[in-house]
Amino acid sequence: MKKIYLLLFGMCAFALHTYASEQTPIDTGATAWMITSTALVLLMVPGLAMFYGGLVRSKNVLGTMMHSFVAMGIMSVLWVTVSYSMAFGKSILGGWFGWNPDYLFLNGIDESIMPAGVPELVFVMFQGKFAIITPALIAGAFAERVSFKGYILFITIWGLFIYNPLCHWVWASDGFLFNMGALGAIDFAGGTVVHISAGVSGLVAAIYLGKRRGYPHRQLRPNNLVMTLMGAGLLWVGWFGFNAGSSISSGLSTAQALTATQVAAAAGAISWIIIESFHHGKATALGFVSGVLAGLVAVTPAAGVVQVSGAIALGIIASSVCYFAIIVKNKLGYDDSLDAFGIHGVGGIVGALLLVFFIRDSWMVAAAEAHGGPWGVIQQLGVQAVAVGIAITYAVIGTLIIIFIVEKTVGLKSKTQDELDGLDHAYHGERGYGMLNPN
Amino acid sequence: MKLIIAIIRSNRLDQVRESLIDAEIERITVSRASGHGRYANEEMYRGLVVVPGLTPKIRIEIAVNDEFVDITVDAILRAARTTNNGDKEGTLGDGKIFIMPLEECIRIRTGDRGGQAI
Repeated sequence: MKKIYLLLFGMCAFALHTYASEQTPIDTGATAWMITSTALVLLMVPGLAMFYGGLVRSKNVLGTMMHSFVAMGIMSVLWVTVSYSMAFGKSILGGWFGWNPDYLFLNGIDESIMPAGVPELVFVMFQGKFAIITPALIAGAFAERVSFKGYILFITIWGLFIYNPLCHWVWASDGFLFNMGALGAIDFAGGTVVHISAGVSGLVAAIYLGKRRGYPHRQLRPNNLVMTLMGAGLLWVGWFGFNAGSSISSGLSTAQALTATQVAAAAGAISWIIIESFHHGKATALGFVSGVLAGLVAVTPAAGVVQVSGAIALGIIASSVCYFAIIVKNKLGYDDSLDAFGIHGVGGIVGALLLVFFIRDSWMVAAAEAHGGPWGVIQQLGVQAVAVGIAITYAVIGTLIIIFIVEKTVGLKSKTQDELDGLDHAYHGERGYGMLNPN
Repeated sequence: MKLIIAIIRSNRLDQVRESLIDAEIERITVSRASGHGRYANEEMYRGLVVVPGLTPKIRIEIAVNDEFVDITVDAILRAARTTNNGDKEGTLGDGKIFIMPLEECIRIRTGDRGGQAI
């Protein structure tokens, strides 16, 4: 008899406990996809490391890859201590960024489930991966001539005061860009927050720090395009987590984002190599992957709102504009080493602005309803332009201030001898490719 | 005709090339090599004296007519010697220059031989 009572008591206790700790039921499908997306986006960071690492000279390969890897360390810690609070907490200081004491060290959200049916911890981790990859993108602009200590200080301050506010404005429910216009400024997966901010900041840093020694006359060739191609493959696959995961669900908008992502990448790639064939007579591997990236960057803000024809159009246009931007770069003579601005900055701007011409009808209908009146493409274009303009302005001014601070304290630009020795030897005491020693 | 073989530090190549181009010596062959001199590594590895390891170096080969030997050697020495604060002497591991007599030089494109083919 006692056993039955114990069993009944146990079942009641379990039922009560389950009831008490779940406000929203967990959508296991959405959670499983979000966890997968988190892993995919994290995989993009070593992918980016390989992409950039293969493009620099062999004496700098480890240093360049370390720019991406160290971001994984630093931005992760910052994110779970203060940055998630700054990005997604309630607005303070006039909406500059957010704050929520419950989010410090993620103490208060250990068991909370978001309305989407996903544990908040998963959402935090997913968003944290975006915070990691954004500063790693900037590193492409000043590759081969930046000091490691300076870089670490730079991304710490940049992450706290540029990324977190931008993330707050665009994605937090009380962010002013999130609430601008009918249904907010469209930035589905981070065209503005990630790519425009990183590209523009990179441009500012590249110009401020000056050219690499020997640029443009000396040949500074990629040391391993094989690694670059592999990195591009990881980026393309990981981007499914980046875009489709930004639906914060596992459903229709996920499928739409997935489709747009794939199509834009492919359209971008073949556009680039077609242009290149006409322009130079040969389709290069580097051109192909540049086109892939251009297409992916352009569809990032648009993934959930455009259909296939829109995605194809964005891929083609982004590739063309980015190709042209790189020609302009060579004419103007600044040293954006790995085209952080040329592809991420320009591609992000193209995507954020031109997506308005390809938004699916159901979104425009929903926008008109939310607005309580007609809502047209030009009005949305106005909202997008404001968002892009604010992001660019904030990134430029903020980056200039941060570089000034870092240069005056630990120094951001490499010393000449360090640049000549190579980042690997100067800052890490290592060689990337041991095959130099025949033993 | 002489063949000048210079083994230099791998991070001095840019400077040596600039120095040679300034001296109007513009023909060069560069390859990677590994090696060491009397002293193996300038640093001890983790506090132990170890069997000499091969350090990466760059080998430069330049074929010159006799009149140009001194110019070339001086250009290389100026750029390849790593001096601390402008002392006369460089540091261990700066490298060596070997000068070998060159019996014949032939330009493949035209078949020219001798000093004019250099």
